[in-house]
Amino acid sequence: MTMTLQAFMAQLTIGLIGGCFYAMLSMGLAIIFGLLNIINFTHGAQFMMAAFLAWIGLTQLGPWLGFPSFAINFWVALVIVPLVVAAVGMVIERALLRRLYQLDHLYGLLLTFGVALVMEGGFRYAFGVSGQGYEPPELLQGPFDVGFMLLPKYRIFVVVASLLICFGTWYLFERTKLGAYLRAGTENPKLLQAFGINVPVMITLTYGFGVALAGIAGVLAAPIMQITPLMGGNLLNIVFAVVVIGGLGSILGSMITGLSLGLIEGLTKVFYPEASTVVVFVIMALVLLVRPAGLFGREV
Amino acid sequence: MQKHLLAGAFGVSLAALMASPSLAADKISDNVVKIGILNDLSGIYSDFTGKGSAVAAQIAIDEIGGKVLGAPIELIAADHQNKPDIAANLAREWFDQGKVDMIADFPTSSTALAVMEIAKQKNRITMLSAGVAMAAITDKCSPLNAQWMVNTYALAAGTAKALLKEGKKSWYFVTADYTFGHSLEKDAAAVVEADGGKVLGTSRHPFPGGDFSSFMLKAQSSGAQVIALANAGSDTINSIKQAAEYGIGRNDKQVIAPLLAYITDVKSLGLAKAQDMYLTEAFYWDFDDRSRAFAEKYFAKMNRMPSASQAAVYSATLSYLKAIDGAGTDEAGAVMAKLRTMTIDDAVIRNGKLRADGALVHDMLLLQVKKPAESKRDWDFYNVKAVLKGDDVFPKPSDACPLNKAG
Amino acid sequence: MSIKPVSLKPISLKPMPLKPMSITLKIFALLVAAALVVPYVPGIIYPIFVMKVMCYGLFACAFNLLLGFTGLVSFAHAAFLGSAGYVTGALMIRFGTHPLGTVTAFTLGVLASALVGLAIGGLAVRRRGIYFAMITLALSQIVYFLAVQFRWTGGEDGLQGIPRGNLFGLLDLSSDTAMYYVTLVLFSIGFLFVYRVVHSPFGQILQAVRENEPRATSLGYDTDRFRLAAFVLSATVAGYAGAMKALVFQLVSLNDVSLHTSTEVVLMTLLGGLGTMFGPLVGATLVVGLQNYLATIGDLVTVVIGLIFIVCVSFFRRGVVGEYLEWRRRRAQRALPAREPATAPSPSHAP
Repeated sequence: MTMTLQAFMAQLTIGLIGGCFYAMLSMGLAIIFGLLNIINFTHGAQFMMAAFLAWIGLTQLGPWLGFPSFAINFWVALVIVPLVVAAVGMVIERALLRRLYQLDHLYGLLLTFGVALVMEGGFRYAFGVSGQGYEPPELLQGPFDVGFMLLPKYRIFVVVASLLICFGTWYLFERTKLGAYLRAGTENPKLLQAFGINVPVMITLTYGFGVALAGIAGVLAAPIMQITPLMGGNLLNIVFAVVVIGGLGSILGSMITGLSLGLIEGLTKVFYPEASTVVVFVIMALVLLVRPAGLFGREV
Repeated sequence: MQKHLLAGAFGVSLAALMASPSLAADKISDNVVKIGILNDLSGIYSDFTGKGSAVAAQIAIDEIGGKVLGAPIELIAADHQNKPDIAANLAREWFDQGKVDMIADFPTSSTALAVMEIAKQKNRITMLSAGVAMAAITDKCSPLNAQWMVNTYALAAGTAKALLKEGKKSWYFVTADYTFGHSLEKDAAAVVEADGGKVLGTSRHPFPGGDFSSFMLKAQSSGAQVIALANAGSDTINSIKQAAEYGIGRNDKQVIAPLLAYITDVKSLGLAKAQDMYLTEAFYWDFDDRSRAFAEKYFAKMNRMPSASQAAVYSATLSYLKAIDGAGTDEAGAVMAKLRTMTIDDAVIRNGKLRADGALVHDMLLLQVKKPAESKRDWDFYNVKAVLKGDDVFPKPSDACPLNKAG
Repeated sequence: MSIKPVSLKPISLKPMPLKPMSITLKIFALLVAAALVVPYVPGIIYPIFVMKVMCYGLFACAFNLLLGFTGLVSFAHAAFLGSAGYVTGALMIRFGTHPLGTVTAFTLGVLASALVGLAIGGLAVRRRGIYFAMITLALSQIVYFLAVQFRWTGGEDGLQGIPRGNLFGLLDLSSDTAMYYVTLVLFSIGFLFVYRVVHSPFGQILQAVRENEPRATSLGYDTDRFRLAAFVLSATVAGYAGAMKALVFQLVSLNDVSLHTSTEVVLMTLLGGLGTMFGPLVGATLVVGLQNYLATIGDLVTVVIGLIFIVCVSFFRRGVVGEYLEWRRRRAQRALPAREPATAPSPSHAP
């Protein structure tokens, strides 16, 4: 099939949009892993939960409360929903995860997996599986001519917003004092505790922060994807591979890996669409052969 | 350990087991006619099958009066979780120990094909009210199976023919990359090419997919008049939704045609995004007085309108019970023979004839999704554009099915 | 990465003393004897259910061999179960009537899973801990993709109506009763094989690697090679169960290679008791029974399974068999207060 440069650019752009979601999700996983040493299998479910909460806020909450005209719009949801999701996440961390830190990491992984199943099942029970639609805010409706294609304004917003969030997170963790504490906590929690820092609270907040990133991604995804209980689980497998490729140690690494894999996936969709999901896993296998620790990782 | 669990779960008397289901002297085996509904109660197909299917079957049983040939009619439903081995095991148990005579529904082809095989071994009947796989009436056909609603060919052919008639001759397929998608694409492409149309290209996307904009943009730039979606469920919904985002398929030059879409999908998409689309279905609740009467009964119990699959369970159950009555026995072979002589005409299926290979050939509906302004109430989604004669849309009997050669 | 807290007991590389072995074998012999009767009492125990439990039980034993005794978490075990099933099934459909068909198809199926195990394991053992788990998860996705793509696997429809064939032209397996006894024999062989591996010097080295890798390395063991060997062995046994399952149920589907099945086997092992010989069997019985039960309650299946995961991990980490052994150990300890506290028996010695 012949393809013009324009069409090629368009496909790359779409790949970049996908990459933004990978980047945000894998950053959240990397942050949580960095301090808690667990792989958060609930990440996908938390992403899904955020999308659902945004939808509930927009369409359901008013009627439930008896004020049919009351609705939480997209912009408000973008702030509130991640906080709610993070709060729920922190409760899970305090009530369940905390008990497992002394044990093998496997248990943390299995626990978060179980929580993910409960959340998926619960939303499915409450809202069915066909899924719900969410309109982008009025300001961002319609397409915008970027020269080589008509790009929906909302998608441009997603790219800009997620890049900002990624860089902000990176700055916070790598360039501020708070970030220094967090990194110190990864290396030697006991020492940090001795300096008078409340490490358990820091762990809870870090988990909340990682989850909030999934929450933001979820709200951003709501107008793009059909909101279904399975939307996160499907994505999470790919994000795991992204994380393995990038190496869990590095925040910047997971961001760069996420974005570039989005691009690669976009390219695959052009040349061999059937393999566009599996290509990520193939790349992962190749990276492991060459650099077992991942592109940006340290050996653990 | 094992003993306790089992004793609790499957305690069934030996005597019942010994009774052979095919003794001619017994008009009704085990003195009960038991119908099983096997579908997805918890997964991605639960909206258009699920609990509603069992409710539809119960409506049919109630209409018959709860008894056939003096024997009570019982209903049992279970969740096969879309796993063929769970479906197969449940079916085995139901046949061996649960006195079940017929199992209906099966929203996934893998579960349908698995249970058909077992039913054939055990001389019981399967009725695929939700199963649309062509394999069920071609190379995997069974004399004891009826595909009671539709198959991928009929769905594809119905929509394709209608669009070709409107002069839309160039097509592009966005296809889910698995058997179901492939066969939907193949059947539609055959119809398109037979009627002088042209297939300009195909994008096969992984299943399940997330972002379809890439494929839809490729389809758009192909310049095809029709972008046909050979996928299902959330893949179809996401394709349409994301196409709308990019303004694809919103003009006279290009339309989007989902080859398989249920009323639940349209509900989930919303009329604003789905409007003007053509689709083919076996049943629409607002078709005429008879269909509305059934639908209202259903609505009273479920608070939603029946999908075509759910309605087909009603029709399958009703026809099965009538056939037992007519045949004077519930022996599988005799009931199937009786079903093949009947003309099916009820609230759901019209002008239905069951073929040797198990295909139920009947009238289909060509529907167009209403604009939001035209819709007067919830579930008021379609304009019926045409009633398609069964012979025009259902596939010819296939040589791959040995049953077609015999008769 | 170690699953249990590091034990201070010196690592013994000698074969285990005979006595605890015989307890395991005695219990196993009793179970087999009970299983022999099942086809005569179908009203009490449904034989097909027992066959399913045997297939999944062995599958869980294979998984336990890796996780419980080697400390490696794999999310790829469905890939082994499924690939053996697909190969066996596809061959049976073509050559099922030949007197040697069943035996050949079965053997090649198991061989296929060993090869897939070698490929996945070869990559995965390069990393430790959580990376290892995620690599197996990602690689099993490739196997899933291939199963969807290949024509001979039947794609989404899977393979149905796989003939069971016959044994050397002598024993026709199409009857459920004949198949039942063949399954019982195959299962016993598989179980005893796992038992043998765990109690062999090789198995002891694996546990040594799990408990204290630097020490095992210092003793001159190439730990990566032992890990890989354990992985391939576990994959092979999982494939053995998969080939069995394909013959018993006469169908293979994508579900057999799905992540879902991989997590189910984790649940079985965890629920029954990690690192115990009978835990996986108990776990498989519970999960399979639960599946049957949940089938009729409908929409809350995932929630219930998720809650079981949470409860198991939070409060019930030893699993059914593990808790029982722990309870017995405590009772024994209380009975002998004067003696020095006995060292906790490493799970593998226990029945």
